[in-house]
Amino acid sequence: MKYMLMIYASEADESAMKPADIQGLMQAYTAYTEALAKAGALKEGERLRPISDATTVRVRGGKTEVLNGPYAETREQLGGYYVIDVPDLDAALSWAARCPSSSYGTIEVRPVWAM
Amino acid sequence: MGDVGASAGAAGHAAEAAARRSYGKLVAFLAARTRDVAAAEDALSAAFESALRDWPASGVPASPEAWLLTAARRSMIDAARRRRTHDTAAPDLLLFTELASDEAEQRAIPDDRLLLMFACAHPAIDRSVRAPLMLQTILGFDAASIASAFLVAPAAMGQRLVRAKAKIKQAGIPFRLPDADDLPERLDSVLEAIYASFTEGWSDGAGTDARRRNLAEEGIWLGRLVAALLPMEPEALGLLALMLHAQARRAARRDVNGDYVPLAEQDPQAWDHALIDEAEALLRHASTLGSIGRYQLEAAVQSAHVIRRLTGRADWAAIVQLYDALAALTGSPVVALNRSIAIAELRGAAAGLAALDVLADEPRFVDYQPYWAARAGLLERTGRVTAADDAYRRAIGLEADPAVRRFLQQRRERLPAS
Repeated sequence: MKYMLMIYASEADESAMKPADIQGLMQAYTAYTEALAKAGALKEGERLRPISDATTVRVRGGKTEVLNGPYAETREQLGGYYVIDVPDLDAALSWAARCPSSSYGTIEVRPVWAM
Repeated sequence: MGDVGASAGAAGHAAEAAARRSYGKLVAFLAARTRDVAAAEDALSAAFESALRDWPASGVPASPEAWLLTAARRSMIDAARRRRTHDTAAPDLLLFTELASDEAEQRAIPDDRLLLMFACAHPAIDRSVRAPLMLQTILGFDAASIASAFLVAPAAMGQRLVRAKAKIKQAGIPFRLPDADDLPERLDSVLEAIYASFTEGWSDGAGTDARRRNLAEEGIWLGRLVAALLPMEPEALGLLALMLHAQARRAARRDVNGDYVPLAEQDPQAWDHALIDEAEALLRHASTLGSIGRYQLEAAVQSAHVIRRLTGRADWAAIVQLYDALAALTGSPVVALNRSIAIAELRGAAAGLAALDVLADEPRFVDYQPYWAARAGLLERTGRVTAADDAYRRAIGLEADPAVRRFLQQRRERLPAS
């Protein structure tokens, strides 16, 4: 089954990290992504630019509204995602637990709607 | 399965007997292969309907279980075909392969009930629905019976169960044993749900409600299954020991007139000594596995109570110690309440009452009968008649079981005039 791991963490906390910690985190992400790929679980994954770079669009009554900023102001923000293909929820949860941001942020695990 | 039970006649009885024996096994078998619990249940209820139609005419088959499985598989495949006609004519090959009948297999249908239990008690399933889900999928209770046992509106319970089954399917909750790392925590949810089923059945003190009595027995049955399949898990053994201890004293809770008999006044000869011996052996084995837990401690409390059959007196010092450990482990106010009662036995009613006074502000005790009954008893023993009378009145007002209510009323009436 395919699952999306959505990585939520506080951008404010991340930007306050020491350079050495950031470097450690990046290395951990490289290793994690490699491990996912080697296990044959990785479909795709990207890091997202911060919410200050986000723009939201909606069309209401035929009128397009473009707004600066993210969909919702939250304490933790969506900062990246992986799409993985694994046998079941337990496997997805165990990958989510190993995601480097799970130790300070939150990983939401969502099954992809099978079409 | 209420409709199954309602049908009269030998075929109806045979179908009901097969349902009781095989329901969970067949649901587990079908669900583990399709991950679709609701579809497995629908297919089985269709199979039971066919049984009620066919068996009176053609006779009860030699293996009702195999017959039901074949009928359920056919019904599941038909349902899958009907769903498929909308988008594509291609059969769901996987489903057909998984469900394809196999002669050898039918002689011994694999038991996947433990896997189904782990799916029902998965952390992705809301805690409050885990025990109801197990009762429905493994034991075949309908939503209305479960709702009344758990004091929830039937419609709300039905909705929760539907949602939980959809989650098992859509979120990909597995039908397999958890990894070693996750096992203790996952097992804890399974044990909690089994114990919830057991206590729901146990609360029918008179044993008159066949369905609820069945619930306690089925709880023990589930406990035996888990203990047999995971014999090195001390808490699984501890829970089984706890339930067996309680079951051993089931009959002794009522006298010949159907009146309630409190534990301290029960005749040890009325206890089931074989069950007690089995519980003690389980507990001893659990204690060698090097990890103490809630269920082992609670079973040990039972053990210290029934030592009375050998020594003539419960080991109250041990009971207080065990409740101390349980209180430290769980922080439960109910444990603290039981501890107060044990302290009263060990050091006198005044000491017990002092321990109970500490709990007076616990909001859960406002409508908790055992608290008021314990309080009434201790107030009575310390000669505070007016306060005891008040406490008895509250306990009586909170009790649902007529026999216990009668007992409390008799205690209240025998209070000396203040």
